[in-house]
Amino acid sequence: MKTEEQTTEVIEVPTLQQRAKEMLDRGYRLVQIGCTNTGEAYEINYSFDREYHFVNLRIIISPETELASISGSYPGAFVYENEIHDLFGITVTGMNIDFKGTLYKTSIPHPFGITIQKKDESCQKE
Amino acid sequence: MSKRIIIPFGPQHPVLPEPLHLDLVMEDERVIEAIPSIGYVHRGLEKLVEKREYQDMVYIAERICGICSFIHSLTYSQAIEQVMGVEVPDRARYLRTIWSEYSRLHSHLLWLGCFADGMGFESLFMNAWKLREHILDDMEATTGGRVIQGVCKIGGVRKDVSNQKLREMVQGLDGIKHELRDLTKVFSHDSSVAHRLRNVGVLPEKQAYLLGAVGPVGRGSGLNIDMRMLGYAAYDELSFKPVTESGGDCLGRCLVRANELFTSIDLIEQAVDKIPDGPIEVKVTGSPNGEFFSRTEQPRGEVVHYVKGNGKKNLVRFRVRTPTFTNIPPLVEMLKGCELADVPIIVLSIDPCIGCAER
Repeated sequence: MKTEEQTTEVIEVPTLQQRAKEMLDRGYRLVQIGCTNTGEAYEINYSFDREYHFVNLRIIISPETELASISGSYPGAFVYENEIHDLFGITVTGMNIDFKGTLYKTSIPHPFGITIQKKDESCQKE
Repeated sequence: MSKRIIIPFGPQHPVLPEPLHLDLVMEDERVIEAIPSIGYVHRGLEKLVEKREYQDMVYIAERICGICSFIHSLTYSQAIEQVMGVEVPDRARYLRTIWSEYSRLHSHLLWLGCFADGMGFESLFMNAWKLREHILDDMEATTGGRVIQGVCKIGGVRKDVSNQKLREMVQGLDGIKHELRDLTKVFSHDSSVAHRLRNVGVLPEKQAYLLGAVGPVGRGSGLNIDMRMLGYAAYDELSFKPVTESGGDCLGRCLVRANELFTSIDLIEQAVDKIPDGPIEVKVTGSPNGEFFSRTEQPRGEVVHYVKGNGKKNLVRFRVRTPTFTNIPPLVEMLKGCELADVPIIVLSIDPCIGCAER
């Protein structure tokens, strides 16, 4: 079985759009954007692929940080960015299609967000 | 300019087995823009990692979808095995490959039937599903389940299949090959099918790449992207060439799936020929500490399972990016400029699995 080599690079938030543009210019396709709640911050992975070479750009943001959309470079990014907004409560600015919180219809707003996690933890302690 | 109106398509529609909603902005009979919305079957399965131990999550992963169930459990297991440095026995790798290809056969035949039904070609639908039964019978005989197999686990597989049974399976597939050829010939040669599908919902190759199209949607537009080329499971020891079509229309996507049936049979034959004897699982102890993006090729395209562990029994994060989710932007593009009457067939042509997409 072959093991896939994967590289992850942590980048600065203000450089995100520029780095995404560079990836596009180098012929990479967007594989996914995924968010991880680390308890105090959000870790967002932007994954790209070119000829089965997997590259991951990572940014780490606080809950208050507004994120710039990369849909100017990758028009298909809007589904991931709307998902991140709806599930985690992160504000993403400049999306080419903005569902304004209606892509996912959840009974609890932003169920994967830090606030919800803290509420869950305090309920478990009680 | 004609007056613009919005027609809601779905979430309940005769061609949709699962709920997807599209707001179609129309000018007369022509779609100007399609705005999708999902969320009707969002189950929050990813959040269950907080409650379930990493080994139990195989069951959850398998239940993300009722069609690519086996491949979901395989992708998740591979992610954990990679993080924990688990070496899966060779026989298990081959069995995983065989069941993956059976899943693809089952899924493509199901889709070809549904697609034929969507075109109003009922006898073709029944023929496709008749052949699918043969595949499901073999899956049931070897795993115990038609839809949820439950055979993949971290460290290998739960059930072995005798070499005699594997040879019988190959003979069985050989026996239905001519029927499969007859079936696929209708899709590729019938004039009414071509008339209904050719130049409908066109997605040019460049757009497909830019919008992140995967699986038969991308390959139908000429993109040579197939995660089996990564060489996971036993694919690195088998030879195959991804099926591509250049049309980028509904017919192209349909022909990719039809021709992939024969690639899958060929891969199963090669795997049965090469499968070594030996153990089917290794014992896995400890807990995952690290992260990995596991990528495999589902019938609908590339799926990504991201896992992140911190050395405890519960993962920190389990994130699944399914092919239908990433094929939504290409679908929106295909719908632009099409006739209202073509919308159902274009939506069907991406083989949407909303259960997968929403998790």
